[in-house]
Amino acid sequence: MPKYTLFDHTADIGVEIFGRTKKVLFANAACALFDILIQTIDNESKIGKGTKGQKKIMTAAGTDVADLLINFLRELLYLFNGTGFVVIHCIVIDCSNRKLVAQLWVESYHQKKHVMKTEIKAVTYHGLRVERIKNGWKARVIFDV
Amino acid sequence: MSDIKLEKLDDNRWLLPQTGAMRVPGIIYANEKIYNLLKNDESAKQVANVAQLPGIVNYSLAMPDIHWGYGFPIGGVAAFDLDTGVVSPGGVGYDINCGCRLMATELTLHDINDKVKDLTTALYHRIPTGVGSTGYVKLSGKDQKKVLEEGARWAIKNGFGSLQDLETTEDCGCLSGADPEQVSTRALERGKQQLGTLGSGNHFLEIEVVQEIFDEPAAQAFGLRKGQVVVMIHTGSRGLGYQICDDYLALMVKHQSETGIVLPDRQLACTYLASQRGRNYLAAMACGANYAWANRQILMHLTREVMEKALQIAPRELGMRLVYDVCHNIAKIESFKIAGIEKKLCVHRKGATRAYPAGHEAVPGRYRSVGQPVLIPGDMGTGSYVLVGQTKAMSETFGSACHGAGRVMSRTQAIKTSQGRSISREMADQGVLVMAGGKGTLGEEMPEAYKNLNDVVAVVHEAGIARKVARLKSVACIKG
Repeated sequence: MPKYTLFDHTADIGVEIFGRTKKVLFANAACALFDILIQTIDNESKIGKGTKGQKKIMTAAGTDVADLLINFLRELLYLFNGTGFVVIHCIVIDCSNRKLVAQLWVESYHQKKHVMKTEIKAVTYHGLRVERIKNGWKARVIFDV
Repeated sequence: MSDIKLEKLDDNRWLLPQTGAMRVPGIIYANEKIYNLLKNDESAKQVANVAQLPGIVNYSLAMPDIHWGYGFPIGGVAAFDLDTGVVSPGGVGYDINCGCRLMATELTLHDINDKVKDLTTALYHRIPTGVGSTGYVKLSGKDQKKVLEEGARWAIKNGFGSLQDLETTEDCGCLSGADPEQVSTRALERGKQQLGTLGSGNHFLEIEVVQEIFDEPAAQAFGLRKGQVVVMIHTGSRGLGYQICDDYLALMVKHQSETGIVLPDRQLACTYLASQRGRNYLAAMACGANYAWANRQILMHLTREVMEKALQIAPRELGMRLVYDVCHNIAKIESFKIAGIEKKLCVHRKGATRAYPAGHEAVPGRYRSVGQPVLIPGDMGTGSYVLVGQTKAMSETFGSACHGAGRVMSRTQAIKTSQGRSISREMADQGVLVMAGGKGTLGEEMPEAYKNLNDVVAVVHEAGIARKVARLKSVACIKG
């Protein structure tokens, strides 16, 4: 099962995210977000390569599991757009349908180390789906770029 | 096109009949060619979704640059009754007051022909572009509040341009009712660093030349003549606007059930215009709009300085002046005749341009005898059109026209298609110098990714909502 795949959307970027468990689904969503945003200069474009960097705990809440996913991605996007941190690794410690706690490893954005690939303006609700599949979980999210 | 069936009304309009939970029918402005493109995405369904929102008046509309957005289609126009209707942050979009500004000069192509590269390089170095670029103007908290309240006027008071520029800016570059108290700390924080930046994606600054005049009296009123060098800027409210939209969208989604409004798509989250939350959003959105106007005003000033320096000419020789500045992502309270009675409505334009006709009091005095300039940028390299609003727009489209060519290919598809090609060389072969910073930007923005601008413009021209005045050809383009 891949962590995520991209699907075509005329104006924006659509991502289909997979995970064996809900926790993994959310962690893979974080991975997809930063993969689209950033490429590291040494070409290690995938996050999740290690646990170096500063540790941060992030919490998110939502009215249901889909809203929770959007709010989690929103917080991660703000971490980058608002405070200049790049997430290099993410583990979801606790996750219900309405609340989540994640352990993040982050580093500051630096032009010498990171290349911006795509500016994501926002995480949208359009066509949003989070569902159980045979081998775990699947979600569909569209990023406004 | 999912399961939506459209009925042809005439050569340029298609009716989306009222069915199911739709409160009004939809009308899509399109010719046969554009109609055929609708089959490839979900945009017609989005027109139907918008028609389900409470208080929508007459029709859910889409301009011929219609394409699949999120919530509202891009190219969507919808007006809502102030008492029974709603306001939707997603119906404005993340980039609040994303818009275009066209500046005319006294130069001809002959004057800059051998200096295009130097000039473009100078602009590229001076105008902050790209993701995460920080601005020329660093704002203190107090100054930022003033930017949000005063818009383009703040920029002019601080030396970026002249008061004359306000006359030819939509709403004089300031939307009333802006209240910075309704803007989150996150949005304010993001806005501090980005005033005077172009951004990335489809935002650009382009040097263009007037290639063809279709309407001599209107062109004359706008100060446009064949062979003249002009500059087009396309950008908006940057991170501040995105954050305002996102904050209010989250808030409205959270409280959606309290409104009793059932939505076909969460992205259409909305609240009643008459509610406190609705008023707060409009006050915050006005802040975003004003920031965008200040941003474009500053970028115009920087452009003027760079051109004078790079071409070593005096301000009088350059003669740069603002033709017009229009916003194309906005919700505004405007008056229209509904069943013969003048009524104030909240018009959402999501990727649509205001197109007021001759005689309208909101059209600047010097253009009032011909109508409001409507600026339609095309794909990178093709150039742009200048149109003028027509009377029919007031009765049919809430004074609106299209805003661009409209994407037809997804970004991923475009990147795939452009692989192995040098888009910048292809552009150079067509006589357009392109400078872009972002990885992949040129591929994403390649001309084939967009509809043919001529088709889109022909629809609004033939439908009689905006008339062709001039066509502008790209000479050089900088992108983020």
